[in-house]
Amino acid sequence: MGRPAPSHTPERVRYTVALAQLAPRLGEVDANLELAAGWLRRAVAEGAQLTAFPELALTGYLLSDLVPEVAISAADPRLAELSRLAPGTLVAIGFVEETDHHRYANSAALLRDGELIGLHRKVFLPTYGLFDEGRFTRPGDRIRAIEVGEPMGRIGLSVCEDFWHASLPMLQAQDGASLLVNVAAGPARAPGSAAGLRAIAGWHRMQDTYALLGTVGIAFCNRVGNEEGLTFWGGSRLLGADGSVLAEGPLYEEALVVGAFETDDVRMQRYQLPLLADERLELVRREIDRIISERAGLPGPWAPGAPESPESADEPAG
Amino acid sequence: MPAEPESTPLPELDPVQTIEVIAGFIRSQLEQTGFERLVVGLSGGVDSTAAAFLAARAVPAGNLLAVRMPYRTSSPDSEADAQLVVETLGCRTERVDITPMVEPMLQLIGPGDGPALQVRRGNVMARQRMIVLYDRSAAFDALVLGTSNKTEVLLGYSTLHGDMAAALQPIGDLYKSQLRSVAAALGVPERIIGKEPSADLWPGQTDESELGASYDDLDRILFALVDRRWTVDRCVGAGLERRLVEWVARRVAQTEFKRQPAPVAKISLRTPGIDHLYPRRRPGSRRGS
Repeated sequence: MGRPAPSHTPERVRYTVALAQLAPRLGEVDANLELAAGWLRRAVAEGAQLTAFPELALTGYLLSDLVPEVAISAADPRLAELSRLAPGTLVAIGFVEETDHHRYANSAALLRDGELIGLHRKVFLPTYGLFDEGRFTRPGDRIRAIEVGEPMGRIGLSVCEDFWHASLPMLQAQDGASLLVNVAAGPARAPGSAAGLRAIAGWHRMQDTYALLGTVGIAFCNRVGNEEGLTFWGGSRLLGADGSVLAEGPLYEEALVVGAFETDDVRMQRYQLPLLADERLELVRREIDRIISERAGLPGPWAPGAPESPESADEPAG
Repeated sequence: MPAEPESTPLPELDPVQTIEVIAGFIRSQLEQTGFERLVVGLSGGVDSTAAAFLAARAVPAGNLLAVRMPYRTSSPDSEADAQLVVETLGCRTERVDITPMVEPMLQLIGPGDGPALQVRRGNVMARQRMIVLYDRSAAFDALVLGTSNKTEVLLGYSTLHGDMAAALQPIGDLYKSQLRSVAAALGVPERIIGKEPSADLWPGQTDESELGASYDDLDRILFALVDRRWTVDRCVGAGLERRLVEWVARRVAQTEFKRQPAPVAKISLRTPGIDHLYPRRRPGSRRGS
């Protein structure tokens, strides 16, 4: 009753996000760095606090055996130099990473003031239909949220197909992310037809659902342009934590898509819809362990004939 | 209660977005190869006309050369339609009569009217046109724009190293029925869209009499078999004619070789096409780079 709000109540902050929906040049890392620099300067002029570039923005997508030729280390000074063009702000960008152990990954780096503050290696490499990623790059093995400081707290970074697996965004939301940044290189199929629109609608439904269920913002940056016969569709989107569309880019055309994310919306949304807090991670873990064991044919307390649950097994007899 | 029979629609498409995507594809191929100009063989039929109209969306009319290549038996109507296209687009044009080029070869094949002989003669003409187009592309400093559509490519109703030869294929993923709607949206004259499709390799030839079915029927079957991955039995269950569905499925399988480069006997550690895999356009591949 009339008490002042606790001093830690965050102030309402508008956080400006820019999505650089550009068309990289296939295999030309230095040309793409220069291209990205131009877009980053524009994003800074628009007040962006986070600028996202697409998947493989430094290399292009259909690389095949070009992978080792275009791969760079996440510690490459050229990445640091790019990010210094946007002082005090975050830059997320996709590239081919060569690790210290010469493992090649489709990675996204999160940088600020020349410092690499986070790295995500694409976990789900599509190798079906028109995709052949698993042949040329190796999957990442970590799904984490990245601490970036106030006002966003933590950010979840992912690459394109990663978003077609609900486990990844939900884990990142559980890991504390208030914004999920997905960088993509999505090729169009059946443009404009019902099938093509369904493919884009699929992306939209998925993003809307993750925003809703994860009570997180979504920043989706998809490239445009052509490689071989593929046309990448763009349509980058920024969503609020309630799933509202804050900004949306055009299809097929280059565009700097800028929108403002209200950090206070996450707070209010999570009070109204405490889904993350209500999640039963210990239960999820136990059931996942069970499924893994059963699939592998391993013995476990859930094997046929075993007691109903590990808890009941601990109960004293009688 | 038995389920309602499934429908077997023609593949639909948004012509306006399709045109945007294809024009962007053509521009991008030119940019990535370092060319600014295109050469297209123009018969006056809907395929080559649509390809020419799409090219004109991607490059200025002065950068497009439409080559008309009649043989002595070619239909005069085709030539008139090709002329109409050239006038509509305001593009460059050349007329190269292939008759004196192919006659010596046709004499080698000899007289007779059997279907195999007709096909051989038709292949000679299609390949001669390819030779002319590639020569004109060198002279005009241009890429050869393909005019093959998805229906004929899947049925193998085309000549290897003849009309299939091109630097880029703008309409190769459009079925004939889709191509008509794209052509209409491009402003292709109605008389070209509406006329009976013909390779015009001999007088009176029409595609649909030669193939034994209408393009709409073929497209319905191909769309079900290829795009929707239906089995023959499922197509038949949905009301498509078994004899025709089986013929189409067989034809697609029999002509697979036409859609792929010839297999290479693998000897070395690294073999082009098998494990030496690169995008066609990459650093160093652009002309002048």
